[in-house]
Order: sequence, then C-alpha cells, then structure tokens
Amino acid sequence: MAEAQALRKAVECGVPDNDKYMHPMLLKNRGNWKYHDRPRPGVLHHVAHSGDQVWSVRAGTQRQMDTHTIRKLCDIAEQFGEGHVRFTIRSNIEYIVADQKKVDPLIAKLEGEGFPVGGTGNSVSMVAHTQGWLHCDIPGTDASGVVKSMMDALYEDFKAEEMPNRVHLSTSCCEINCGGQADLAVIVQHTKPPTINHDLVANVCERPTVVARCPVAAIRPALVNGKPSLEVDEKKCICCGACYPPCPPMQINDPEHSKLAIWVGGKNSNARGKPTFMKLVASGLPNNAPRWPEVNAVVKNILMTYKADARPWERLADWIDRIGWPRFFEKTGLPFTKYLIDDWRGSRATLNSSNHVRF
Amino acid sequence: MAKPMHPTPNLDQLETGPWPSFVTGLKRLAKDKDYVVDVLGHLEHSYQTRKGYWKGGTVGVRGYGGGVIPRFTEIKDASGNPVFKDAAEFHTLRIMPPPGMHYDTATLRQLCDIWDKYGSGLIALHGQSGDIMMQGCTTENVQKAWDEINEMGLDLGGAGPAVRTSMSCVGAARCEQSCYDEAKAHKAVINSFLDDIHRPALPYKFKFKFSGCGNDCMNAIQRSDMAVIGTWRDNIRTDDDLGKKWFAKHGMNELINDVVSRCPTKALQIKDAGAVRKDAHISAVALDGKQCLEIDNKDCVRCMHCINVMTGALSPGKDKGASILVGGKSHLKIGGLLGTLVVPFIKLDTEEDREKLVELAQSIIDFFAENALEHERTGEMIERIGLVNFLEGIGLDVDPHMINTPRTNPYVRTDGWDEEVAKIEAKKKAAA
Repeated sequence: MAEAQALRKAVECGVPDNDKYMHPMLLKNRGNWKYHDRPRPGVLHHVAHSGDQVWSVRAGTQRQMDTHTIRKLCDIAEQFGEGHVRFTIRSNIEYIVADQKKVDPLIAKLEGEGFPVGGTGNSVSMVAHTQGWLHCDIPGTDASGVVKSMMDALYEDFKAEEMPNRVHLSTSCCEINCGGQADLAVIVQHTKPPTINHDLVANVCERPTVVARCPVAAIRPALVNGKPSLEVDEKKCICCGACYPPCPPMQINDPEHSKLAIWVGGKNSNARGKPTFMKLVASGLPNNAPRWPEVNAVVKNILMTYKADARPWERLADWIDRIGWPRFFEKTGLPFTKYLIDDWRGSRATLNSSNHVRF
Repeated sequence: MAKPMHPTPNLDQLETGPWPSFVTGLKRLAKDKDYVVDVLGHLEHSYQTRKGYWKGGTVGVRGYGGGVIPRFTEIKDASGNPVFKDAAEFHTLRIMPPPGMHYDTATLRQLCDIWDKYGSGLIALHGQSGDIMMQGCTTENVQKAWDEINEMGLDLGGAGPAVRTSMSCVGAARCEQSCYDEAKAHKAVINSFLDDIHRPALPYKFKFKFSGCGNDCMNAIQRSDMAVIGTWRDNIRTDDDLGKKWFAKHGMNELINDVVSRCPTKALQIKDAGAVRKDAHISAVALDGKQCLEIDNKDCVRCMHCINVMTGALSPGKDKGASILVGGKSHLKIGGLLGTLVVPFIKLDTEEDREKLVELAQSIIDFFAENALEHERTGEMIERIGLVNFLEGIGLDVDPHMINTPRTNPYVRTDGWDEEVAKIEAKKKAAA
C-alpha cells in the first residue's frame, strides 16, 4: 500500500485556469471594464461597461509569510471581504469587494491587524525583493530584513499618495540583481576579488565553466600547491561574483568588503519615455545588519529630494531627465565619483556628446 | 511546544517598527516547530557573521528534473555535524500560481495545511519569477508535500536552465487598459512548454511574461526573454462625459502640464470643438462645450500616459493585440538588456491567434536551444550573432519598428542589396 502511494505519478497539469479562483464579479466582467479611479490611497474602484463596480483594497505584507499570517489574511477575506484575494507583483494583497459598504470596515480590520493599506497610485510601493540569508545559496546580504527596515522608514509614503508619481523599489543580495530594475534599487556591490579555497576547487568546480562565466576573462586554470585549481587576475577582476555560483570555493562574499550600492531611474513602463535602466549613484555603504541605517539614510534622502522637487507624473527617471545629473548630485548631496562613469560595453552612449550644460 | 529558542538579538530588532515583520511570523511558527527554532538560529548566525550558509545540491520529485530548490546547511561543528540540526535541510518547492495571482481563501488555507504538515510553515507570495514559494522542507518530505499540492491541481515551476514560471498582470480580469486576455495567453504558452519547465535542458533559463498594455506591470520588457505587451492598432477611444468630468475637476493647467506636454510624440493638441480634424486617424474628447483634446493616432505610440491620467475619458482602441519583444535580462554576464521589438503587432483574440503565439515561442526556443552557448541568455545570443541572423533563424522579416535608428556606421557588406530590394518588392506585390 505504502509503496503504491510512494509511486504516485506527477500530474503535469501546468498553469491552472484562473476562473475558479477569481472573484465572481471579475469573472463576470472579464475584458469588459470601462474605467477606474482611486477614492482614497490603497483603494481602486473599477467600473464595468455593464455598470457593475468593484473596490479593491490593497495592503502591504511581509511577503515571507508564516501560515498563521496567511490564515489571518484569509479570515479577514471571509469576514470583511468576499472570500477572494489576489497578490500584486510587489507582494501586496488585494481584497476585492462588490459592496462599497465593506470598504471602510475592511480597511479598519486590515490596519488593526497591522497590514498597512496603501501601495496604490503615487505611493512608495512594497519592495520587490529576493531571498538573502534566509534561503539563497550565494547572498551577500539579507533581503527580508533590509526590506523590513526600508518599509518601516517609508511606511507613511506607502500609505499616502503624495509622491510625484509611483515609486517602485527593489533590493538584490548579489549583483545578479534578481530584484530587477526599479526607480530605486539597493544592490550588493563587492569590492574585493574572490578568496579561493584551492583545496576544494578541483573537486567542486567544473573549471572550464567557471572560466567561461567571467565577464572580463580574469580567471584561468592553474596548478596551486600541486592541485588543479583556478586563479584570478586581480587587476582585471571587477568583483562581480559571477564565478561564485558555479564555484563556491571562490568565495566573493565578505562581511566587510561586500558593500551596498544604490541605483536610481529604472522604469519598466512604456508610459511617456521608453523603459530605462537604472543608474549607479552611490556605493560603499556598509552591510550593517540588522537595520542597515546607512542604506536607509541614502534611500530616504533620494526619495525625499525627488518628492520635494519633481513635478506631477514625473517618475524618478523623468525628474532626473529634466533637472540633469549634475543637479541630482547637487540636490541629494551624493558625491559624484569616477566609478560612476561607465566604461563597460556601449558606454560611449552614456557620455555627453553635446554642449548641453545646465547652469 | 517546541524546544527553547536560540537567542536572536539581531532578528529581535526586526520586530519593531510598523511594517509587518517576517521575524514575528517565524517566531510564531517556532512555538510549535523545532524546525523553525533552528531556522531562526541559522538566520541569526548569518546576521551576526554577515554571511550566508546554505549550499545547493540535488533534491527533486519523481519524474521532474527541476522545480525544487535544494538547501543544505553549511554551519557545522568541528566534527562536521550541523549546528542547527533541525534545519539542516531547507528546500523550497516552486509552485506556479493561477494567472493574475487570484485565490479563493480555501486554496490558500489548503496550501497552509499542507505546509504545516510537511514544511516549515513559511510561504512567500510570491518569488521574483512569480512562484508560490513553499520554503523550508526536508528531503524526506519534498515528495509527500508535492503529491498533495499536485492533487490540488497545481504544478511545479521552473528552475535552472529551463523555461521558467511566468507572470501575467491582473489584466482583463479587472483592468480597462487590458489589450488581450493575458491569463489565456499565459496559460496557452506556458502549458505548451511543460517539458521544458520540468526537465531543464536548455542552454540557460527562458522567461515569458505577459502584460496587458504598455504600462507593463509585469516588467516584461526588462525581465523576460519573450515579452508579450498589449497594444492596439486603431484609434484611442474617447468618452465625452468622462472627459468633461475630468476637465471640470482638473482644469486647463493640469491638462497642458500633465497630459499634452507629457505626450512623448506630441500627438496631442487642444482644439476648438469646430476645428478638430475629420480624418479617420483622429480622435477627440470633449473638455467642455468649447474645446476638445485632439489625438493624432498616426503619431501615437500607445505609451499609455494620457490614458493613465484621464482614465475612462481615453481608453485603448478596439483592434487590440500585443507586441512581442525578445531578449530582456538582468546584469550577468554582459550587462542588463532590455527586450527588442520583433513583432509589432499580433492578434490574440482567438484560440487560433494564441496558437500562432505558441508557434512563435516554439521557434524562438528551438533557435535558442540550438544556437545559444551554455549559460547564455537569448538577449546575449542576439547580441553575439546580431538581430538579423536571429530574425532569419526564426523566420521573421526585418521591420523598421525594430530599431531606434538605422545603422550609424558603414561597416557592412551590402552586395546583396538589390536582391533584398527585389524580395521586398515581390512581397509587396504578393500582398497587394
């Protein structure tokens, strides 16, 4: 019996139809919505061509959720919502109700249970983030802890819609940047080449793969203490850590020398200008667990400068396009160092080939 | 009751402040589970030493080659035994969520019950590829948990050099800006590549993402190898009642500063009602009795800005579909790449339309599988071989929509020019 059960074959069912999970009002009006507005921060109001209306109440979560928290969110959906929820790409939960009278009690309950209502429109939404020390095999820092510290500091701006336009944040625990492009991103930036444990390389690493992985061809096979290993040309090395995942004996993470960097101006939307990459504007910040105060100070400084200076509908990238980079550094007080001038492939396109200068 | 907690002075500091705390959640689980007591001890050790201590390995479920992320502790004592023995294994199951991440509470509760029984009780909603991440499971329990999750009608997602779990926006389910049925396209494409998801055998990862309009809420252009972005070919639709309502509330200054002057292609003009052009590609919305906002749809690039500002007064046209971009990816190895437009417009209304989308995806993945180097993403491959070689490989014609500008250097051999012109002329003739 037990053996028969143990041999259960996987049902390769793929992605399920979402009909059965959806709020019935969404199902009924699918593809037939007319417009939406936002009656208050954290609430979206959608009107269908049929005249049907739904209100979606959005709340922040910690993303890494224990089952007690998820059940509490379910209790709220059953008692104050209509039994259906959805999640946004930034780990916010949305409760969908077809009865406007349910909106205020739902908000009161969510806030009472510690879930901030907000994250819509011109707010600072929740950070898209990664796994970090909790689960990743190559992290330079934690993810959930950095995010908790950042969102504590930006709590009021999550709940209000007082930014010039929406603000999307991300964090990444290594330079692979799993958190992705964002208006403002916090990413690990290593500053020293990997420390190699030559006793382990031959047994653990497929050496040609590791050599091929290096973006600057700084790694070559070598015999060290009579054993086949790898060596790094430290003058060429850009400390990106690409060799570490395929070869864990090439340890790139360092409690002191793995720093945090801040990037700004990434935009995924096609609205107004085309999508843009974010740009490196600050580095050398210490990996100061458990609250990363130095990182938070720079994040808050940039976002509050943007909030005070940008015009309506300007995303962070749009704002900098208008005021120019010199004034960005002037207004934020961030030092413009030589490391911010690109020398990677395609870098000439990032240089100023005009006499356009703002005085 | 679980065993006593390890001291966690660092993590304790993440319980203060207003944002919901994952540490408080973990501590609640640790009351009943020795497993989570040691997970907290493990994490606190990382906070104290500022290093990570999980290493990968090989753990899976029967019949699949991926979808489980194995983690084994590296915090060991002098004799090589795990210091946090109850958390010596901390694997994750990646589960593909319903498109749009809709749930009824019964489904979420069932996932919780399974995870209390077999796992740590920690679930991330959701990972950066869009998976439900069931975090923290022993090797022994992975198959048991998977069997029950699979019985719910859910399937494992991708990991390693495979087609990955996908994401689609809320789209048609609740958004008036949706230009195709994102969930149906998502399901049609992903469920055509289940073998490539469950048995990783590609040069590297391959991601699809589905956004219903140019706002690209799924960040598809940046984050996916093949991005399906909703758009439309006919005129922006207008609603005079909602236009007047918007104008009464916001006025001329906001109309000029926030709408007209922010149009990237200067397609918007304010006109006296009688002066609005009558051409077929012009649409106009009333502002009051006297003036209108006129849109020259030939100039419009469907960026979504004016529609975002004046929701309902302006909305996407009726002849909807999607653009396809290929080659987005993050930093490693050659630097971040945004996707490149390879199909300006494809209809996605019917099953047959979606089949064509799947065929295109299949030809791109086939070409990728045959031509990419090991650990090379699609965008990097295109960078290496050039867009034209890629297009010829998958059988798409060149199109000026694919570029920002034509070539700015003469370093190309053009002795096939006349032949190419003849081909283009012949195609034009055949189409006429």
